[in-house]
Amino acid sequence: MRLPLARSRLYRLVLVGAALFVAACRPVGVLDPQGPIAAAERLVLINSLAIMLVVVVPVIITTLAFAWWYRASNPRAVRSLDVAYEGRIEFVTWSIPALIVILLGGVTWIGSHQLDPKAPIAADAKPLRVDVVALDWKWLFIYPDQGIAAVNQLVVPAGTPVQFRLTSATVMNSFFVPQLGSQIYTMAGMETHLNLLADKPGEYPGISANYSGDGFADMRFTVNAVLPGDFDKWIAQAHGAGSSLDAAGYAALAKPSKAVPPATFGSVEGNLFERIVNETAAGSDNGAAGAAWCPPALQAGG
Amino acid sequence: MLGRLSWAAIPFDEPLPLISMAVVMLAILGVLTIVTVKGWLPYLWREWITSVDHKRIGVMYMLLGLVMLLRGFSDAIMMRTQQAIAVGGAQGYLPPDHYDQIFSAHGTIMIFFVAMPLVIGLMNFVVPLQLGVRDVAFPVLNSVSFWLTASGALLINASLVIGNFARTGWMGYPPLSELAFSPDVGVDYYLWSLQISGIGTLLSGVNFVTTILKLRAPGMTYFRMPVFCWTALASSLLIVAAFPILTATLMMLLLDRYLGMHFFTNDAGGNQMMYVNLFWAWGHPEVYILILPAFGVFSEVVATFSGKALFSYRSMVLATLGICVLSFTVWLHHFFTMGAGADVNAFFGIMSSIIAVPTGVKVFNWLFTMFRGRIVYRTPMLFAIGFLVTFVIGGMTGVLLAVPPVDFVLHNSAFLVAHFHNVIIGGVVFGAFAGYNYWFPKVFGFTLDERWGKAGFWCWLVGFYLAFMPLYVLGLHGMTRRLQHISDPSWQPWLLVAEAGAIVIMCGIFCQVAQLYVSIRTRELRRDLTGDPWNGRTLEWATTSPPPAYNFAVLPQVETIDAFWEMKRRGLTPAQPIYETLEMPRGSPIGVVTAFFASVTGFALIWHIWWMAILGLLGAAVALLVFGWSDDRERELTAAEVAQLERARRGLRQPA
Amino acid sequence: MTVTTIDTAPAAIPTGVARGRGGGGPAPTRIVVAYGFWIFILSDIVMFSALFAAYAVLSGNTAGGPSGRELFNLRNVFIETLCLLFSSYTCGLGMLSAERRQAGHFLIFAALTFGLGAAFLLIEISEFAGMVSRGAGPSRSAFLSSFFSLVGTHGAHVTAGLVWLVYMVGQVLAKGLRAAVLRRLACFSLFWHALDIVWIGVMTLVYLMGAP
Repeated sequence: MRLPLARSRLYRLVLVGAALFVAACRPVGVLDPQGPIAAAERLVLINSLAIMLVVVVPVIITTLAFAWWYRASNPRAVRSLDVAYEGRIEFVTWSIPALIVILLGGVTWIGSHQLDPKAPIAADAKPLRVDVVALDWKWLFIYPDQGIAAVNQLVVPAGTPVQFRLTSATVMNSFFVPQLGSQIYTMAGMETHLNLLADKPGEYPGISANYSGDGFADMRFTVNAVLPGDFDKWIAQAHGAGSSLDAAGYAALAKPSKAVPPATFGSVEGNLFERIVNETAAGSDNGAAGAAWCPPALQAGG
Repeated sequence: MLGRLSWAAIPFDEPLPLISMAVVMLAILGVLTIVTVKGWLPYLWREWITSVDHKRIGVMYMLLGLVMLLRGFSDAIMMRTQQAIAVGGAQGYLPPDHYDQIFSAHGTIMIFFVAMPLVIGLMNFVVPLQLGVRDVAFPVLNSVSFWLTASGALLINASLVIGNFARTGWMGYPPLSELAFSPDVGVDYYLWSLQISGIGTLLSGVNFVTTILKLRAPGMTYFRMPVFCWTALASSLLIVAAFPILTATLMMLLLDRYLGMHFFTNDAGGNQMMYVNLFWAWGHPEVYILILPAFGVFSEVVATFSGKALFSYRSMVLATLGICVLSFTVWLHHFFTMGAGADVNAFFGIMSSIIAVPTGVKVFNWLFTMFRGRIVYRTPMLFAIGFLVTFVIGGMTGVLLAVPPVDFVLHNSAFLVAHFHNVIIGGVVFGAFAGYNYWFPKVFGFTLDERWGKAGFWCWLVGFYLAFMPLYVLGLHGMTRRLQHISDPSWQPWLLVAEAGAIVIMCGIFCQVAQLYVSIRTRELRRDLTGDPWNGRTLEWATTSPPPAYNFAVLPQVETIDAFWEMKRRGLTPAQPIYETLEMPRGSPIGVVTAFFASVTGFALIWHIWWMAILGLLGAAVALLVFGWSDDRERELTAAEVAQLERARRGLRQPA
Repeated sequence: MTVTTIDTAPAAIPTGVARGRGGGGPAPTRIVVAYGFWIFILSDIVMFSALFAAYAVLSGNTAGGPSGRELFNLRNVFIETLCLLFSSYTCGLGMLSAERRQAGHFLIFAALTFGLGAAFLLIEISEFAGMVSRGAGPSRSAFLSSFFSLVGTHGAHVTAGLVWLVYMVGQVLAKGLRAAVLRRLACFSLFWHALDIVWIGVMTLVYLMGAP
């Protein structure tokens, strides 16, 4: 009776293990890029990792080998207990990490400039502009050129670069779509910039990647990358349906709420994003005290 | 009368913290009862609470760190359990309000009240002995430092039953930590406990810089100091240069919260990113404040258990000082995603990876110390090798995160969580455990049990890999940190493995408790009569275990690096020493009294009980003024008394 | 060769080791105390530099409120500076007379130092009170928050220094100028001079650069 049970447990364990292994091999998230930015970032990740592994793997092996071979009980080990310095070895110990860091420094410098979140993405299609506002605890996406807005749902045409302007009407959050690449902070009173592109149609999960309070875990949204034709259809549909995001609508929306289902607004009050950045929008929790400002020293994304 | 404090502050509706706190209270009451009934109180007061002996204070720091480790770890296992079960639609057993306090408390406790006390405790015990002197520069101040740290720890634990703790994460970023978004006492608990313990830490730093630079045995030049003293010096210099920044930053947040100022508020021109910059201008050096002394421990352990001098001592010193300086030039890598320009990001990214050079040199030097050595596998050495393998991985993922484009996709993710646990557990915690096992016989005069110690090591090592390797994977999957529940069910297997890892670590902690228990029970069998159980190299092994209050009756004369090794090699038997009168610092209650008033003041300020805050401040001021008046702070130990004590000690001591 | 107390320096250390390379054994208490206090002052200056940094970042963020240009009165600042600098001078003279064991002279200079320090503080308090009464208190704008915190922290240090000075005068009267008292006086004097250095920074960065 006991034996088959044990076996079936073992069997299940093997199955779970195998499933885990398969799951580990199937690329997901950051390792499954769906746009040029994410793909380039994965490449930098793999390159940097490879450069470092060239040293790290031998170091780990050597550590274990030395630890094993020079154990006190090994009669065959050659020992020289008086050696505490060797100029050539010292030279090597400084130059190996230095070489690695020089290589890596190159990767860092080039990568930082090529993948600057502010840099526009070269593409044939005319970029789509989207303004992002982090609220407690949901995302507001304003399409200034189309005059509509959406909550927790970002529909973009595949193959078209998207230019984001981002801010927060509450505490700091971080706008992040792992499969499209680069995240960026959203901060009240400041405006950050980000450029992303989805290669092909699909649904990509998006999150806030900076803890922002009680409803943080549900501060998720979906990026729907659709064919350009479908995008136009969606815009038209949004125009027709949904309420209007005027001052009262925004004030209601800005109130804290959790796990908000996706919704659209058929029209948006002009300059809403600018007024949120300038903290003059009604309902902003940060109760603006005076004129517009932008800290000169840390003009984020400025 | 009592400010914001009322019965509502005690969470009667939340059984979990209430029950755990009741258990803790009962345990404390039980211990107090036993202590009182057995009449140990006068002894404790005289020999420990008011002690200014650096060895006693070191032991108390270690004890504080280990007790708080239990608290911090119970937070950890609660979080792991929550994340393992709250997947898909499930909400787990911890609502956000509670879960958010737990991860904030976990981080705060582990950094400030576990890692710091363990590191400073080791420094306290070891540095004066290694320098061959009788105490630190300011023994009474040392006691004040310790008790202020304990006072901070007390406040943070009080938040468990009275009121609540911050729900902002351990960094307390505004505007979330501002009054507008966190109106309750949680953030105030966070701020005041860090301010009070931070003053203690700063005073420790001042004390150790002065001790190491001004008090060393005759002949001990800078380049004859043991490497642990060098790392303690670097760490203390960093404390002196970095902790005031934290004090100022937290003070600004306090002014925002208490006086309605606008340093970091969303309105009236405040700038939240200034907090983030200032916080990490302290925070990054803090990482090295913790890890450098751990490097020092490993340098001592690897050299001792390989039977060789540390390879390339000068490189080691240079690397330590290099890290010390560079640690101030990298803070921006904690927020590449702020949207600074590519040049700024690239500069800080490259500076961060440059720190890998001196760190890499250290790793190579430890390797070449083992090379052609005679490695004896005692528990400290196991931790050292576990550290080498683990830390190299943690360092690598750290450099990876220092590449801005990589950070853009991994910032704040589970990958980051795995990285810093990798370096803090694999580095600081393993270092503290190695040091604990290594110096325990010096502290108490008997060795720790090896079997339980090794079992503890393997549990910690295996548990660490099980708990954190899955988090690396999850970070790559796009999982961010601080999630109260998880949306993607495909992450659950990994989270279950991580939970299993936490349980294995718990077994490791159990083994270590058992190790201590068994060792105390069998202490008569494991007495260290030589004072030198590991065939050590540095001066702390030249005196008896445990050392007398004055450490060395006659200060040793140092002529080389590894002074004690050289003495043993030359077979120097000390001639009949000539004793002279010693002046030993008297015990002083000023530390515990100041800390008492600091706790009262902190508690009163948290709850807006202004009269009590004023009383507490006045009490502390009066205590300091009274102490500042006294001149008679030392007692004489006559030559005859020293001779008598030495004879008694040497009678016990076997020839080395 | 034996060394017994931390206070006595060993005699038989080769001078080549003792000079400059720090191998001469533990330093005497006088040196250790002053050195330790000096390190503490350095840490205090680091704290001030964080406040200076905050002021530099926030000085333009007046949020529609008054700016330094409208608030600062350079004549007052000039008098404050003179008070503080002269108090440092008298503090130095007081230390010299203390070292020469001239208690009477010391007391006169201590009184002068106290008077000048108190005058500085009074001017500062009246400046603060004036600003608050004009609606330019620390909660008006980020600029004013950082201004009050930076200048106020310096003022708090001066206050602490005055209390300390009175306390030290009490010790001198009660115990005379013995070694322990002199050590504490040396620390006080370091502290008082450090406040001057900080004030020079405050005067330059806050008042001269922010005034009309």
